[in-house]
Amino acid sequence: MTANLLEVEDLRVRFHLRTGIVEAVRGVSFQLGRERLGIVGESGSGKSQTGRAILGLTPPPGEVSAKRLTFDGIDLLKASRRTLRTLRGGRISMVMQDPKYSLNPVMTIGEQIIEAYQAHRKASRAEARDKTLAMLEAVKMRDPVRVFSLYPHEVSGGMGQRAMIAMMLVTDPDMLIADEPTSALDVTVQIEVLRILDELVTTRGMGLIFISHDLKLVSSFCDRVLVMYAGHVVEEIAASNLRDAQHPYTRGLLNCLPKLQDDVRPLPTLTRDPAWAL
Amino acid sequence: MLDIQNLSVVFGAGRLRVDAVKGVSFQVEPGASFGLVGESGSGKSTVLRAICGLAPISAGRVLVGGEEVRSPRDKAFYRTVQMVFQDPYASLHPRHTVDRTLSEPLAIHGEKNAEARILEALREVGLGPSFRFRYPHQLSGGQRQRIAIARALILRPKVLLLDEPTSALDASVQAEVLNLLDDLRVRLGLTYVLVSHDLAVVAHLCERLLVMRQGEAVEETTAVALRSGAAADAYTRALIQASQGFTRGAVAPA
Repeated sequence: MTANLLEVEDLRVRFHLRTGIVEAVRGVSFQLGRERLGIVGESGSGKSQTGRAILGLTPPPGEVSAKRLTFDGIDLLKASRRTLRTLRGGRISMVMQDPKYSLNPVMTIGEQIIEAYQAHRKASRAEARDKTLAMLEAVKMRDPVRVFSLYPHEVSGGMGQRAMIAMMLVTDPDMLIADEPTSALDVTVQIEVLRILDELVTTRGMGLIFISHDLKLVSSFCDRVLVMYAGHVVEEIAASNLRDAQHPYTRGLLNCLPKLQDDVRPLPTLTRDPAWAL
Repeated sequence: MLDIQNLSVVFGAGRLRVDAVKGVSFQVEPGASFGLVGESGSGKSTVLRAICGLAPISAGRVLVGGEEVRSPRDKAFYRTVQMVFQDPYASLHPRHTVDRTLSEPLAIHGEKNAEARILEALREVGLGPSFRFRYPHQLSGGQRQRIAIARALILRPKVLLLDEPTSALDASVQAEVLNLLDDLRVRLGLTYVLVSHDLAVVAHLCERLLVMRQGEAVEETTAVALRSGAAADAYTRALIQASQGFTRGAVAPA
């Protein structure tokens, strides 16, 4: 057995549409151990579809194929729906972008976390409740008992996202996929949520896939970064070596951001080479 | 050009009363670019909306070119002040072609030779005449935002209010739109008021800026001071630190 949690080889996601076949992900391969991996790309690069395909959450007309897609030795493509259901939320979980849309609006936050816990662990209600309160405290909620009985619309975006993280981590998963977990949040809140996520991932020794459009943020948070463009991985690089990125797309993405420290005018823009998409 | 004195905006009354903006003042000289920075709920967008008549002015005064604005705003106001909204996916009518979107302000203001004006506006924002009869769904996000800018510019306003003009766009497209805005300001001598949550974007486009928090002005500073990291207020410093990205082991801002 290898130490890798997740092995992905030649992952492809296709959508058969009226206008023809769109290949959103075209041959992505990577391995994930108990580490933090970032996937960066702009809209339409296939980064989110990669994350969804791993969990079997590709929306209906989509079709996933891969030479190899295994999680801890389990073939995710051949696994039964029942196996997938126990994996999802149990050993692999996913934090989505916007807490406003991913939390159930008519259930209190506490009830939702209890539901998530009881779906995967045989536990009494009292036990699940204790676990939930402990988890809410772990994500630095000031008053866990109060937050427990609040509805999603009664909390701020940052608190909602922390509740979401609490729900996803309550089952002690081995791997977490975070798809733009902080993009809907304010900058100062964003850092706070990331710090909590970082702490939990480190102390529990989970594998993390962090999907984002923000190259700077990902590189400061992850160990390794995959840069995606038009469904391909154009470059894989250690986050600390980002400045030595080779691919013109990665370099372009880094340069085109306005920087607080120095004033470049006009900003360098990205000239897209059609060869990158081949 | 713009003089905002003690502006307050209040929504609702009684138990539902929300003080969105509490006594904010700033001035913008002709040809200058002024930034409003803050997080969600800081009232930065409400200030812009109050200037152009989309939110009530509950107290204080808004002066444009030395004259106090009247409610409702008259046509002359909208010839001077125009606004570009955040989300180009929502701010363009999905069933109107670019041509129809651009000709509407001209028709309202009784402008002649619409065709030439539309072609010129398209050229100004770096799009060719081939875009004239397209629908918004046939355009990319960056192209849509260019159309929104063209629509705002077609009446030759002097002041452009920009509400997060690039936050819905990809990084590489953001660079293009920022360059376009920079270039247009120099070429047409425009005055900008830019609202953004991104300090780097504001520092890039504006000379002076106001940091807002919970409806109040926290600190007025300059882009130069911001670049050197000089900030008197703790909140501004927290914003600067947060914009540098994630750091391990650093102390969390209060």
